[in-house]
Amino acid sequence: MENTFTIQVNGRNESITTDPERPLLDVLREDLGLTGTKFGCGEGQCSACSVLVDGKRVRSCVTPIGKLAGKKILTIEGLSNGDSLHPIQEAFLSLSAFQCGYCTPGMIMRTVELLENKPNPTDEEILNWMESNLCRCCGYPKILEAIQSAAKATAKGDSQ
Amino acid sequence: MTSPVRPFDGIEEERYELFEMNTSRFELSRREFLSILGPGLLILTYGSTALAQRFGRGDRGDDSVSARLHIGQDGTITVMTGKVEVGQGSRAELTQAAAEELKVDPSHIRLIMGDTALTPDDGGTYGSQSTPRTVPAIRRGAAAARDILIDAASRMWGIDSERIQVVEGVLKDSSGEKSIRYAELVDRPEVVENLQSSVPSGVEVKPVSEWEVMGTSLPRPNGKDIVMGNHRYPSDIVRPNMGYGKVLRPPAYDATLKSIDSSEAEKMEGVTVIRDGDFVGCVAPNSFRAAKAVEALAKTAEWEIPDHPSSKNLYSYLKDRAREGGGRRSRGGENGSVEEGLASAAKTIEAEFEIAYIQHAPLEPRAAVAEWEGDRVTVWTGSQVPTRVHHELCDAFDLEPDQARVIIPDTGGGFGGKHTGEAAVESARLARAAGKPVSLRWTREEEFTWAYFRPAGLIEVHAAVDDAGKVVAWDFANYNSGGSAIDTPYRVASRRTRFLSTDSPLRQGSYRALASTANTFAREVAMDELAELAGVDPVAFRWNHLEDGRLKNVLESVVGKFNWDRRRHERKPNRGMGMACGTEKGSFVAACAEVTVEHDKIHVERICQAFECGAIQNPLNLRMQVEGCIVMGLGGALFEAMEFANGRIKNASFGSYRVPRMSDVPELDIHLLDRKDLPSVGAGETPIIAVAPAIANAVYDAVGKRCRSLPLKLT
Repeated sequence: MENTFTIQVNGRNESITTDPERPLLDVLREDLGLTGTKFGCGEGQCSACSVLVDGKRVRSCVTPIGKLAGKKILTIEGLSNGDSLHPIQEAFLSLSAFQCGYCTPGMIMRTVELLENKPNPTDEEILNWMESNLCRCCGYPKILEAIQSAAKATAKGDSQ
Repeated sequence: MTSPVRPFDGIEEERYELFEMNTSRFELSRREFLSILGPGLLILTYGSTALAQRFGRGDRGDDSVSARLHIGQDGTITVMTGKVEVGQGSRAELTQAAAEELKVDPSHIRLIMGDTALTPDDGGTYGSQSTPRTVPAIRRGAAAARDILIDAASRMWGIDSERIQVVEGVLKDSSGEKSIRYAELVDRPEVVENLQSSVPSGVEVKPVSEWEVMGTSLPRPNGKDIVMGNHRYPSDIVRPNMGYGKVLRPPAYDATLKSIDSSEAEKMEGVTVIRDGDFVGCVAPNSFRAAKAVEALAKTAEWEIPDHPSSKNLYSYLKDRAREGGGRRSRGGENGSVEEGLASAAKTIEAEFEIAYIQHAPLEPRAAVAEWEGDRVTVWTGSQVPTRVHHELCDAFDLEPDQARVIIPDTGGGFGGKHTGEAAVESARLARAAGKPVSLRWTREEEFTWAYFRPAGLIEVHAAVDDAGKVVAWDFANYNSGGSAIDTPYRVASRRTRFLSTDSPLRQGSYRALASTANTFAREVAMDELAELAGVDPVAFRWNHLEDGRLKNVLESVVGKFNWDRRRHERKPNRGMGMACGTEKGSFVAACAEVTVEHDKIHVERICQAFECGAIQNPLNLRMQVEGCIVMGLGGALFEAMEFANGRIKNASFGSYRVPRMSDVPELDIHLLDRKDLPSVGAGETPIIAVAPAIANAVYDAVGKRCRSLPLKLT
């Protein structure tokens, strides 16, 4: 029952031969060695597994690989430019917006999508957007701060 | 191995006594250490620490390693600690402790945590023990290392050691003529002779007034790896030729396997099925196929399922089976005559409080990778107690201590929920059968069902106030949830405090702050009721019953910051203010809450909290722990409760078990009292205990309804 799919992951074309029902999360982690994307629930309820597919956030734990042929996938590993951090990563790091850090890649990827859609989000928009991303350390105050800070940094960068 | 789940009663207060420490220790030879750490100087410091004595190892005397440091010729200083990082900030704080005493920048310190082959046995990472016990042990070890190096330089230069100073890892004589870096010094033979020094009893750690690194907001040292997705959590570990494992779980608690047909699963490509008594699992080339194979196994499995109680009649179940004291250390006791106090007073309350089972639900479920080399096994796993996991492995596979190594990569959440080594033992069993390394990660449903729970409890309070507004009788009984913070901090004329064991229908164990959340909840709600009976403001009522001291200090602080007197009297419909305070593990907390109640729904608008834990070691990390505790506490206060029937958990998913979300966060106003004159104690637990009662009391203030359950129920 295996099929071969070509997907683009972090700018690289990858040919995957596997069961089309397998979740994208497993393919990323087990076949491509990209373990930055996390398993939190396997049910699309916590968003730890968030990645971008053609710029849109998907929960990779409930997204079968068979539906993604030809798609462009961005994971946390593809966000920085070498050792140089993306502004959202920079904001999370400089504000220490993590405790255990396990939710952080999903939080950051969801924030990438947020700021693409709403470069100057209100607090209410941030809360709505992030509603499905769980942090069990409950470090939300710092995460909110980091998102606000990243929004400012990104907006400033765009206007220059 | 007959069952993947070992009997375990891990209520933390009792664990300190029941916990089976690994009695045989093994250590690598110096040569083996150096082969891992590179050339340099290995410094072991010994000393009968209070922790060692507490675990009954005092008889080993000087044999227990209290700190282990390596100074590399490349200038890197490696500090080894048995503590682990699960998000509570120990990596930063222990790094600060070493950097402070060695007088180097924290960036030069590399911390190896939770590796039973390399790190000393510092006990488990629980009970807020890292700050009061491990930080001092590392500081003494680092200070001793510094003194050894100063001593070596003094002999080399032929000058008095008093004349040598250390600045940023460089030893300098006071004339400024001579200087040598730690890294250069450790290359000298006269230094190496001092390898096995005991910590001299007179070793001096820096006083708080001279702290340069401690007391500052050092961020998590591996933070960049976290935001880049590069840090490898236990579930991210990959070994060559690794397979993915999965275990067949029974359909209900205590079910026994009658029969199973593994032929369908075994036909799947690359799948190995393992059966060992009731333990059935498989290893497959990927986790999807492992799950499919277990599905196929489950279809053929026949189980005998015994009766099991339901959460609907949980509290009568607990009470009916109660026995005084029981096997656990029961706290409390009796002063004065409660009967006389109750009989004499005009105003009494009699209240029952119900505390639900809840799950820790760390975002990273239990996970482990096991790899055998001959008859030796290495396991990477997420656990707060590496030595316990090591013991469980040795026990399960009949290994000598040096045949098992447990490595704990910084882990995705613990909260008291990862004291055990289930995934480690399971992955090792699968790996041994499959003949290759195996990665095993529990599903969310497994984590909700088969991990141990925070104990449920029933608490009865019978109390009385006299006409002068004094509490004259205080009778407090806790069934099952535990003894932490069971003693009232208030002055009462007579009191009786009891803990009663009972039969827990669910597997239970530690949870952040243990039973101090339940006991503080019941006590602080009851105090509110008594204050109302006495006709006294809730703050004044508590104030009148407290001795001067640290609890009164946080109470005074929070009341001022919250502006209690003004807000409490500013009446608005459906809006209320409540407060609570308490102490546990040597730290002190007081909280005020503002809520609105609409359509039987509680909205927490604002929490103001004052917290004091001695001298603050890392203000940033402390604030994050306090924020995390308050928001996590909202879950237990408002939503979280396990529902179960017929041996099954009915809400074993994040879809059906509500945890706090970003939009639940109220306005937070946090005040950290820095008592530089007092020893630092842990802070990852106590800030959770005042949240629920402050909210419950605010709900009463808003709508006149007393909520006496966790989670709070309005209907």
